Amino acid sequence: MILTRLLRDDRGGQILLGSLLILAVLAPVLNLALPPDHPLYLSTYTLTLLGKYLCYALLAVAVDLVWGYLGILSLGHGAFFALGGYAMGMYLMRQIGERGVYGNPELPDFMVFLNWPELPWYWWGFDQFGFALLMVVLVPGLLAFVFGWFAFRSRVTGVYLSIITQALTYALMLAFFRNEMGFGGNNGLTDFKDLLGFDLQADGTRVALFLASALALALGYLACRALVLSKLGRVAMAIRDAEERTRFTGYRVDRVMLWIFTFSAVLAGIAGALYVPQVGIINPGEFSPLFSIEIVIWVAVGGRATLYGAVAGALLVNYAKTWFTGALPEVWLYALGALFVLVTLFLPQGIAGLGRGLGSWGGRWRRGEARP
Amino acid sequence: MTLFSRLLLVLLLGCAAIPTAGAADPPPAPAPLDQTPPASGDPAAVSVASAASAPVEPVSASGASPTPASVGTASAFVASAAPQAAALPAPPPDPSPFAAALPLLLDSKFPVKEQAVERLAASGDARVEGLFTALLAGELYQLKADGRLVIARGQEGDQAVREVLSDAPLSGIGTQELKKITLNNRMRGQLKTALARLDLSHADAGRRLAAVTSLMSDPGGANPDLLRARLTQEDAAEVRDALGLVLALLDLNSPDAQARLAALPRLRDALHPPVRTALTQLLERETDGQVKAAASRVLTHIEGRVHWYGQLETLFFGLSLGSVLVLAAIGLAITFGVMGVINMAHGELMMLGAYTTYVIQQLLPGHIGLSLFLAIPAAFVVAGLVGILIERGVIRFLYGRPLETLLATFGISLILQQLVRSIFSPLNRSVETPAWMSGSWQVNEVLSLTLNRLVIIGFCLLVFALLYLILNRTRLGLQVRAVSQNRAMARAMGVRSQWVDAMTFGLGSGIAGVAGVALSQLTNVGPNLGQSYIIDSFMVVVFGGVGNLWGTLVAGLGLGVANKLLEPWAGAVLAKILVLVFIILFIQKRPKGLFPQKGRAAT
Repeated sequence: MILTRLLRDDRGGQILLGSLLILAVLAPVLNLALPPDHPLYLSTYTLTLLGKYLCYALLAVAVDLVWGYLGILSLGHGAFFALGGYAMGMYLMRQIGERGVYGNPELPDFMVFLNWPELPWYWWGFDQFGFALLMVVLVPGLLAFVFGWFAFRSRVTGVYLSIITQALTYALMLAFFRNEMGFGGNNGLTDFKDLLGFDLQADGTRVALFLASALALALGYLACRALVLSKLGRVAMAIRDAEERTRFTGYRVDRVMLWIFTFSAVLAGIAGALYVPQVGIINPGEFSPLFSIEIVIWVAVGGRATLYGAVAGALLVNYAKTWFTGALPEVWLYALGALFVLVTLFLPQGIAGLGRGLGSWGGRWRRGEARP
Repeated sequence: MTLFSRLLLVLLLGCAAIPTAGAADPPPAPAPLDQTPPASGDPAAVSVASAASAPVEPVSASGASPTPASVGTASAFVASAAPQAAALPAPPPDPSPFAAALPLLLDSKFPVKEQAVERLAASGDARVEGLFTALLAGELYQLKADGRLVIARGQEGDQAVREVLSDAPLSGIGTQELKKITLNNRMRGQLKTALARLDLSHADAGRRLAAVTSLMSDPGGANPDLLRARLTQEDAAEVRDALGLVLALLDLNSPDAQARLAALPRLRDALHPPVRTALTQLLERETDGQVKAAASRVLTHIEGRVHWYGQLETLFFGLSLGSVLVLAAIGLAITFGVMGVINMAHGELMMLGAYTTYVIQQLLPGHIGLSLFLAIPAAFVVAGLVGILIERGVIRFLYGRPLETLLATFGISLILQQLVRSIFSPLNRSVETPAWMSGSWQVNEVLSLTLNRLVIIGFCLLVFALLYLILNRTRLGLQVRAVSQNRAMARAMGVRSQWVDAMTFGLGSGIAGVAGVALSQLTNVGPNLGQSYIIDSFMVVVFGGVGNLWGTLVAGLGLGVANKLLEPWAGAVLAKILVLVFIILFIQKRPKGLFPQKGRAAT
């Protein structure tokens, strides 16, 4: 009932959820029920790759929520993604227990290697799955809340906000690269064994993680859709289009921005937490400004302010990346760079608005030359 | 053993006084070319005979001192040497103590060799320095045939061989005809000390200063009388000061408390580390309360000054880092600050400037200084043209849409990076530094400033001044300011705003290229050069206040100094993080930066 209300007038969302549902049923069957030599067999590698793309798609939805509907171009959402990932990684690290190279039941390998006497306080509790899940939500949420609290109250907007979000993720990257931080330095956290007692290498676990990612994406999409359709969402769009006017109309602009920004960060954290057990590693590279800005281009390619477009963009760009880095590795950066330029110049609506965009780009070109 | 070496030292210094006092030794006579080879034992035997009665006493303190007989045999070995290369002139009779002591080096026993070194050092002969240097470097050989000592330099098979005694070049000597003179570690130490002593009376004041400075760390072995004698002859003020310090340090060890007390004030202005060590040691063993108090006062004074110079050095490092930041950010202050364009490819324009330097250096090998000067305008043009290309090709369609500009220029930065990787390989390239920029300027014992950083601070200020003049004193600058303040009005007054846009962007980009030339002198040139500076440069511009050149200068230098001040107690990475966090918080408090624009220009 709620579903029908949310998906009414949302053709893209209907297609998205429909294909997610088909994928969620078909992929496990093709992977588990068919023998490996069957032509339709879906390899576990491909399944994991799909799961990874779905996590990226959820991250793209989170970015689209703040950029498309609130007008905040966050160049630091990779930080929230990575923090969620680190929280999950810390749980997985503690699950290794005595099976590490050094066989220390208490300390992860890198701490033994660096002669840490005991587990630092911020690692306490991460042997509990529930606590780790709480942290997956809380740490990115809290960081976004504190950061947003300062930023939105002092009305830092536009480009300035973009640059300081980028500085935020850059600072975190530098910090996590330090061995003294206690998060494994530049190697990050890796060599995970199992999750809730299930072997991470097993096909069944991979399928379950894939299903969890699909479910998270579907729920995340619906939640964002609900938010966008609500009154809060309408205020958000008003802020995006005319921040001052909304403020003078009597809305607490900073609060609206703060809550939506925090919610988006939580979504990004969940995406990160699902991402880590599937790829088997989390390292400070996820904090790099380049990754955060790549997320934005997924959204731009898919179509800003269309949530399903963000999903499509994430899948498309990441598939292209996988293909390019495999087939023509040196061409990938050219392609990505050209994508940035061409999409901003010729596809401001992304592929979601391809039809309209194609019709009007000639007009914009002329207007660009005759700019006042 | 230490007693023995002490004795040697004292003796050495004592003996070294002889030549300085009287210059008793004649310079070696050049070998006459037409002299026929002497018959065995004829003139050379005379020199050996005179060597046996050389005025220098052999050290009798060492148990292994050679008997006169052994000296005799060694010398006779030389003397009986009938030169095999008959075409070569034989050395003239050389009655000097140098020639007399030389054969001792051929002895197989190290104590004998040590004695030889000692006597040679005492001879005060001009050839001693070359001989000792060669011996230390393992370049001293004896001819197997006749036992003459030769110095052989260069690659095997292509050795330049010179005889020690006559300094005459010998030709046609194969490697198998030579036998190396071996050394042990004690002799190496002895040789080094002897060379340092020789330097005390070297003609070059720099060498004398180095020798005296090396005495400071171990003044115990120095002969005060010799040093005082040198002090009266010394005409270089620096060397005199250093000699005075060594003498004062010697006085610190004097048993007379008054002498120690009198020595202390003379050490007051000395920043040399050995002086501090000596004072600390004095404080530990001193029993006289008055001396102790005075010493502690002097030490506190010196340490205060050292600390002060340390702070000065930190300030210098900070200014140097800051000037790099300013150079990186100042082009951005134009494109972002004045035009409002977010150019994420700014770092890559710097990278292009650095690669331009590299290419010009490859084109002009051997002219490092010239190529650097040529690189500055070339980098300006290259980066400026690429900038204009970016502006005309992409940015002009995106005016008024800053977020899209950001994304598009980021894409351009990726393309430029990959372009450089494809052309120059992903490996770092090193750009050479001209001689006048390498090395450092030693202000005093504790403060030395590296020249390349000093030059870059100056260069940064120069670029800033030029840019300031362009913006405030030229027609282009006037138009730039007009367009940035009120585009419609400027157009109405006949300013070609599109042309001004392109020129402004080209100017900012060109400055980025020039910054790249400076960076190529500090770091390796690689495809990631620009990426590492882009966030810092944006921080500097935003921190200083957008559209304010002075703000950029102050912010860049200030952040550089703050970074270096934090580094000692936070570590390099953490300091950078702290600075970043500080800026993030600062921008939230004052979104317009340190020096916000006021009035109409602000809108």
